[in-house]
Amino acid sequence: MRYAMVIDTLKCVGCSDCVVACQTENDVPIGFCRDWITETVNGSYPNLDLELKSERCNHCDNAPCVRCCPTGASHIAEGGIVMVTADECIGCGACIESCPYDARYQHPDGYVDKCTFCHHRLEKGQLPACVSVCPTKCMYFGDLDNPNSEVSQLLKNRKHKTLAPEAGTNPHVFYLI
Amino acid sequence: MQEELFTSGRNIPHIDPSLEIWHWPISLYLFLGGIAAGILFFAALFYVLGKEKEYPAAVKFAAIIPPIALSIGLLALVYDLQHKLYTWQLYTTFRIESPMSWGAWVLLIVTPLSILWLFSYYAEIYPKTEEKLQLLKKFKFLATFEQFIKTNRIYIAYALIPLTLVLGVYTGILLSAFNARPLWNNAILGPLFLTSGLSTGAAAIILMAKTKKEKHLFGKIDLALIIIELALIVHMIMGYYAGSQVQLEAMQLLVGGDFTLMFFGFVVILGLIIPAILELIELIGYKVPVIVPAMLVILGGLIFRFVMVEAGQLTRFLY
Repeated sequence: MRYAMVIDTLKCVGCSDCVVACQTENDVPIGFCRDWITETVNGSYPNLDLELKSERCNHCDNAPCVRCCPTGASHIAEGGIVMVTADECIGCGACIESCPYDARYQHPDGYVDKCTFCHHRLEKGQLPACVSVCPTKCMYFGDLDNPNSEVSQLLKNRKHKTLAPEAGTNPHVFYLI
Repeated sequence: MQEELFTSGRNIPHIDPSLEIWHWPISLYLFLGGIAAGILFFAALFYVLGKEKEYPAAVKFAAIIPPIALSIGLLALVYDLQHKLYTWQLYTTFRIESPMSWGAWVLLIVTPLSILWLFSYYAEIYPKTEEKLQLLKKFKFLATFEQFIKTNRIYIAYALIPLTLVLGVYTGILLSAFNARPLWNNAILGPLFLTSGLSTGAAAIILMAKTKKEKHLFGKIDLALIIIELALIVHMIMGYYAGSQVQLEAMQLLVGGDFTLMFFGFVVILGLIIPAILELIELIGYKVPVIVPAMLVILGGLIFRFVMVEAGQLTRFLY
């Protein structure tokens, strides 16, 4: 089992529904977010190229946050999901400093918080909140170890990229381009 | 042209627009840890070499600094934790890949050893205080314990030499292990912080030294360490020049950017080059009050930690 997320940048309209769904589902404190939308404009007028992306923790294989954690609070759970155990976290901030995606934040209660791929929903056989609400259905979620899964097929047949691959983290959120 | 912005209004406290996760306590601790490691290293080294009587400031008199520096440093570290009540979780595990875990355990060993080291010399270096308090006379077990530490001091010294080197290196590796912060992510930071720690330690010993011989020897040691440190800084800058785009951008902060005056003016020139020249002049035979170069080295070391911690958090891969 290796969970991965595939996001089609050609279909995303940047509506931020995934952001609100995550904040609601995970009770994210006001002012914080576990996922966000970026808008990238390339080129100069009139030859402009716009790319919209929904970004979050990349649940890396070579996760620097897990490597740097002094207590083992940050760990890789089943399916390759990078998780934080709140009552093992001392709030030192080493994982925040080590994340090239700046995907982690300090929860007002002190511990470090981040995207969990909606671990609690996966256990019930549901999709992550962001994926399930996407109105353009541009987000896909599944198991990369299964060659017939939707995500494996998309990555096999479509051109894709990951964020900051030069950081050497082997991220598991893929963007179709 | 490329322009990237958040359309979902991301403005997370302490994360955007740049990281503000580690504050002044971390910089202060990195400085105090370095200076304590430096002093204890020289104390243990000169004790092992049997030069206790020749260089009393290094072995005995400066011993008051490390326990105080480490205690303040540890308090600063805990103060900067956001989930303080769970601090004990550090000591439920040892994570070999995490520099902070190494640091936590090394501090747990070095801090008590530094207190024992001071305790074993307490009656010798503060005879007036002991006369007043009569601690060793009133409490028999303290006197027995002191005798025990004194006879076993050599083992503490043998343990302190490698441990203080680990402590000194770790203050740098703590930062360099984060590849997400291109300014920190270079292998030279460990040796550089160690050298800086040893140099500030030597400077503190110069301040405590009473004999000309000891001042001269530590002046020479400090001069050598400053030259090594300058060489390491040149290597660090060369490493950025030869690095990837993110490292080139990170270097801009130190070379030509917001931190240029702080780094080259206060750390390199005032904190290293000028004290080196003053120490050289003094060694040649001219009279220079040693307090000037020693204080400059110590202040330079402190500013260096602040510059690296603050500037490093401005550098990132994305956005």
